[in-house]
Amino acid sequence: MTEKAYAATDKSMGKNNKHAKKIQRTAGDYVISFITYVVYAFFAFVCVYPFYYIIINSISANNLSDSGKVIFYPMEIHFTNYKNLANIPGLSNAAYISVMRTVIGTVLIVIVAAFLGYMFTRETLWKRKFWYRFVVATMYFNAGVIPWYLTMRLLGLTNNFWGYIFPMVVQPFYIILCKTYCESVPKELQEAAEIDGAGTMRVFWQIMLPVIKPILATIAIFAAVAHWNSFQDTLLLMTDEKLFTLQFQLYQYINRASSLKALVNSSTSSSAAAAILAQAATATSIRMTVTVVVVLPVMMIYPFFQRFFTKGIMIGAVKG
Amino acid sequence: MSKKKRSYIEFLYILPFILLVGVFSYFPLYGWVYAFHDFVPPKPISSETYVGFKWFISLFSNPVKTADVIRVMRNTLAMSGISLLFSWFPMIFAVFLNEIKSKPYRKFVQTATTLPNFISWVLVFSIAFHVFGSNGAVNKVLQDLGVITEPISFLKSSDHVWFRMWLWLTWKNAGWAAIMYLAAIAGIDEQMIEAAKVDGATRMKVIWHIIIPCILPTYFVIVMLNIASFLSNGMEQYYVFQNDFNRDWIEVLDLYVYNYATAGRGNYPLATAISILKSIVSIFLLTGANTASKLIRGESFI
Repeated sequence: MTEKAYAATDKSMGKNNKHAKKIQRTAGDYVISFITYVVYAFFAFVCVYPFYYIIINSISANNLSDSGKVIFYPMEIHFTNYKNLANIPGLSNAAYISVMRTVIGTVLIVIVAAFLGYMFTRETLWKRKFWYRFVVATMYFNAGVIPWYLTMRLLGLTNNFWGYIFPMVVQPFYIILCKTYCESVPKELQEAAEIDGAGTMRVFWQIMLPVIKPILATIAIFAAVAHWNSFQDTLLLMTDEKLFTLQFQLYQYINRASSLKALVNSSTSSSAAAAILAQAATATSIRMTVTVVVVLPVMMIYPFFQRFFTKGIMIGAVKG
Repeated sequence: MSKKKRSYIEFLYILPFILLVGVFSYFPLYGWVYAFHDFVPPKPISSETYVGFKWFISLFSNPVKTADVIRVMRNTLAMSGISLLFSWFPMIFAVFLNEIKSKPYRKFVQTATTLPNFISWVLVFSIAFHVFGSNGAVNKVLQDLGVITEPISFLKSSDHVWFRMWLWLTWKNAGWAAIMYLAAIAGIDEQMIEAAKVDGATRMKVIWHIIIPCILPTYFVIVMLNIASFLSNGMEQYYVFQNDFNRDWIEVLDLYVYNYATAGRGNYPLATAISILKSIVSIFLLTGANTASKLIRGESFI
């Protein structure tokens, strides 16, 4: 049988036995569906299990978690590790720094993005196009680590809390997002307010800011995550332990076994349960517990703000 | 108030922020002059310290430095190359995720796989340290199954570093990158797919002949962006994962610049010179990719 003829019979068979063909296709579909379900279950597991693993270990008996016995479920649950966190020198201060930079930094990023995004839509602004490009162009170049560091040192922003804040205030990408959003707001709204005598600033605070709230929520999430996760600026700028962030402290705990030993001793000796092996702090228990503490804020807000995340990347995709 | 005056006043409002951009983004460019000087930190540069292209030339004339540069470039190109080679993965991930009929399950998978994108590299490293440590879950399970007898030190080894770094990168980013493709798929005209189904197209055929061609432009943009940042893998991931065992294979350009500037008596000028060369090549890559995009798709992405 030639190929053509085969195709013809195949076609006619399909016509005559529509029912049979339909069943066949669903069988094929079924197999594909099954495979995709299994494969995606695997992907989901790979992404979630490590978090689960760290969490169950941080609440299991420390001698068991230290020897790798805790793999699937928590054993001999206790929360001493979390109570001991208060005894770890530098940790609460690092948490304070992390929270402060996240709060202050995020508020500034959001307000500045909203304000500049709005100002760049105002045709009256002097040399509007030029200044817009002046800001946006910075997304595409970078002087490099060393010139940046030397600049920061010149400005006295090394070993200075504001070194975390000021360089991140103007974020061109968020400004683009705000500008695009402002442009979609009907011009009549602003014009009406201006006819009623509202100035540039008043239009911004009372008219535009409430209108562009949805995009600001998206930006706030992104900015907060960026600030919370930031590690490199501590590495480059800060040598004063008082200014270390949680991310940086965690890295120190993982990499500096010697300093951790001191931590283990100090947090154990001051704990009443020191004698109980299952609850005595170990290097692993401290590392894992701190990891949970650092990861938890992100995990907590994450499911609630997922729709903002999606919205953010979509707008970004349109512009990018 | 005259219009002119108003436009100046509005400029005054944004001036503080323009200054911030100037100070933190443009002013550091001035630091490039250090690459042309014999600069030792506390001492300021002057006409006496000017050495011209000495540092640039030394990169190619000094055999030790040349070997360093070759090694670092090898790592950079390998890691970026592997990323580029597998850049289709998030797209395929999105395409098949879209095929899952159960909405709650799809949402769950999406939530689970996007989560790693929002944690820092330090946390990724901490997770790697614990899960892949000698007493970690992976080693324990492999030992229980009898696959290995001695724990493998996954992190303290130079085996397959490039590929493992790609795996971590993918673990962190793939779910997030897939969102963009899912959005593109959602934008496909439903009628087109329905029509194909009426004509007897199977699911695989719909994927191959309709969905993939429709999201290819998105993929193309991603590839171009990948090429534009070919030399800039960033340093954070490699910084946290580096150790004495894998340093020769993990040190990418960005990390090398940092390590070189901070190790021992840091050589700022040479590190700056490398940054400058990197920037120049990057600009060519960016404009090249942009031109290619204009030629092929008729629109630029900058």
